[in-house]
Amino acid sequence: MARRTPDREYIPPVQTLQIRYAKRGRMRFASHRDFQRAWERALRRVAVPMAYSAGFSPHPKVSYAGAAPTGAASEAEFLEIGVIQAVDPEQLRASLDDALPEGLDIVSVVEASVPLTETLRFSKWRLEWPSDVSDAVSAFESCASVGVERVTKAGRRTIDVRALCSDLRMTSPTTLELTVQHAEPTPRPAEVVAAIRQVAADVPPDTVLATRLAQGLSEDGEVRPPF
Amino acid sequence: MPGVAYPDQVESVYPALERILPLVRKPIQYVGGELNATTKVWESVAVRWALMYPDAYEVGLPNQGLQILYEVLNERDHVLAERTYSVWPDMEQLMREHAIPQFTVESHRPVGAFDVLGVSFATELGYTNLLTALDLAGIPLHASERGDDDPLVIAGGHSAFNPEPVADFIDAAVVGDGETAVLALSDLIRDFKAAGGGTRTQLLDLIAASGMAYVPSRYEVSYLPDGRIQRVVPLGPQTPWRVAKHTVSDLDEWPYPKQPLVPLAETVHERASVEIFRGCTRGCRFCQAGMITRPVRERSKATVADMVETSLRATGFEEAGLLSLSSADHSEIADLTRGLADRYEGTNTGLSLPSTRVDAFNIDLANELSRNGRRSGLTFAPEGGSERIRKVINKMVSEEDLIRTVSAAYAAGWRQVKLYFMCGLPTETDDDVLQIARMAKEVIRTGREVSGRRDIRCTVSIGGFVPKPHTPFQWAGQLGWEATDARLGLLRNEIRSDRDLGKAIGFRYHDGRPGIVEGLLARGDRRVGAVIEQVWRDGGRFDGWSEYFSFDRWMAACEVVGLDIDWYTTRERDRSEVLPWDHLDSGLDKEWLWQDWQDALDEVEVEDCRWSPCFDCGVCDQMGTQIQVGPTDGVILPIVEVRS
Repeated sequence: MARRTPDREYIPPVQTLQIRYAKRGRMRFASHRDFQRAWERALRRVAVPMAYSAGFSPHPKVSYAGAAPTGAASEAEFLEIGVIQAVDPEQLRASLDDALPEGLDIVSVVEASVPLTETLRFSKWRLEWPSDVSDAVSAFESCASVGVERVTKAGRRTIDVRALCSDLRMTSPTTLELTVQHAEPTPRPAEVVAAIRQVAADVPPDTVLATRLAQGLSEDGEVRPPF
Repeated sequence: MPGVAYPDQVESVYPALERILPLVRKPIQYVGGELNATTKVWESVAVRWALMYPDAYEVGLPNQGLQILYEVLNERDHVLAERTYSVWPDMEQLMREHAIPQFTVESHRPVGAFDVLGVSFATELGYTNLLTALDLAGIPLHASERGDDDPLVIAGGHSAFNPEPVADFIDAAVVGDGETAVLALSDLIRDFKAAGGGTRTQLLDLIAASGMAYVPSRYEVSYLPDGRIQRVVPLGPQTPWRVAKHTVSDLDEWPYPKQPLVPLAETVHERASVEIFRGCTRGCRFCQAGMITRPVRERSKATVADMVETSLRATGFEEAGLLSLSSADHSEIADLTRGLADRYEGTNTGLSLPSTRVDAFNIDLANELSRNGRRSGLTFAPEGGSERIRKVINKMVSEEDLIRTVSAAYAAGWRQVKLYFMCGLPTETDDDVLQIARMAKEVIRTGREVSGRRDIRCTVSIGGFVPKPHTPFQWAGQLGWEATDARLGLLRNEIRSDRDLGKAIGFRYHDGRPGIVEGLLARGDRRVGAVIEQVWRDGGRFDGWSEYFSFDRWMAACEVVGLDIDWYTTRERDRSEVLPWDHLDSGLDKEWLWQDWQDALDEVEVEDCRWSPCFDCGVCDQMGTQIQVGPTDGVILPIVEVRS
């Protein structure tokens, strides 16, 4: 446990950096909490001049944008940090990438201009089944609406998964790529898979490997990353 | 396995694993990818070790012993070592359904393809987990049924000082410090292969003859009509009568781990641990660790300080812990803690000193280490409630000492004190245990007085005592679980009898039943193996976890096998009995242990030999070793940041 002085002087951040990272290979099985611990350790190993929150038990200032679920790989995860001394984004990228385990890779670092919440509106996902699902996907695509139930703390609610999916494309008989619009709440990859099984019950309940390929704004059927 | 042409390539099981991982709890524990993990090309080395900690990843990953051997082995060009841990039942079931064998976490190689499966037993309750791993690996459970292609299964760790209960399942046991032993074994296997190899039997003969490890199949045990052991005889002229423990003599030359593993998954210890000395000479009679790791060998303060800094840099951990069996006893501990506290003052780095010594000096150290932080809790281990029982166990602390120490802690701003005790110690009476309540109440009364606060707390933590091999209590009868539970019940009532003080006292206890099984496994002989196997076949897994442990399953297995558990646990042994572990040499002279057992019964204490003359326990003579303590040269300097 870290022992910090409660009256540590609060120093406001002088620079905000936006970071894009990837969760590759076996790191798809890292949960968001697992990633957070690895990330905070990497920040310490590299001695990044982090800004800390004020208060009795200060935390380094990191904000995470909607993380991919445990089991999903991703080429496009985003977070934001505040630092108390200006740093060079490219140098920071290289050193943090070195300090993280293989498979958690820092793709790029930029100084923040637009808030991530404004730029991360859509995700492009790749879903891989062990068997042919092209008929099931066609059936799903032809529906106007497919609801999937999610149990939340507030109770059960139904998400219209189909309405939030667009640009479906089979890149092979077992592989689907599609765009999912972020909403309240955003459908998870497992919920997309459940929605497809709902309209085509002959799809076996195999595990599906999900990979987030991109996050950003949707333009002309493509998801364009902010950086 | 040596001597047999192995396929050059060993396929990773990861592609099959990837399909089942989304279906299990905490999949991250099965994928490896830790910072500072090592992977080597399979065909680039001569000897391949799979190192196993037979418990869940979250417990096994931080284990220092395994991390040390992992690094020591991987530093050698001709050796590779990977790690494997027990898989939870949900994973086990899926692995069976999908025919996925026990695998290592680095490269997901099947454990059955390695030359050696080295298993570290910190506790006897891991034995059933060994059987799960062997079975999943496709390795025959019984050593006698293994072929030339199967790995050598070698046990180590503290429980290996009596490996007889698992004698059927292991090929060999390494007794004592592992650093030099694993290297010597690696070289032996490499040379054996280089000379053209041979059969499994030939290799085991070589190992047995070398004395590097104990090979159970090379010893024959015979029994008396009353069930006691008649004798243990080595088979073949080359096999030694006794196998001696390994002792690393200069810990400064073995500063491992240098690159501690940092897992993605959450584990039980999230800190960099540095062992500041090995061994203990306090002579607590119940303590197997203290007895079997003699003599005391300290690391110098300069080496410790270097290791702390290296570990923190290599890991990014926020805390460094100074480990040993009794850390406040390091001869330079005051310098060391002051030096480290100075060095890391004002940083976010925390230091901890897990220690159980009950004296004011300990409080000074704790104050030093928490200089710029919160003072939450301190732990002390008086172990026995009455002055009399503390003489029996040779825990030399008086009631006054304890109250004085605890007062100092509350006065220095500590809010919570934890006190550790044992129940069921030899010669113990109800009154010895009830005195714990009196002591706890006195602690609260004094604590409130010196701190002027009413929110201070004290927790009494108590578990059943289990007699262990190679200790003066190895002859003692264990207290039955019903009696243990009854005594703990009396103690709880006594603590609760005063409402005002009682509400400031927490009471944590472990019921007596797991202790009986631990007792059976700790002091068992080869006939206990059948019980372990029966329990495992009946579904026994993770016996160290209360949610999986089943006392009834163990009792049923004893019944099936026809083994009288009381004979193994609650029976007191006499002086002439051949004990199952007598042919394993911990250095302790059996006569000395017997004398110490008699002194215990007479309530006679013995001093710490670190500060007083030798008591002839036998270790230093027998092993050609000696106590190593400071003072050493050097000072702990602040770290100068070099920024590029």
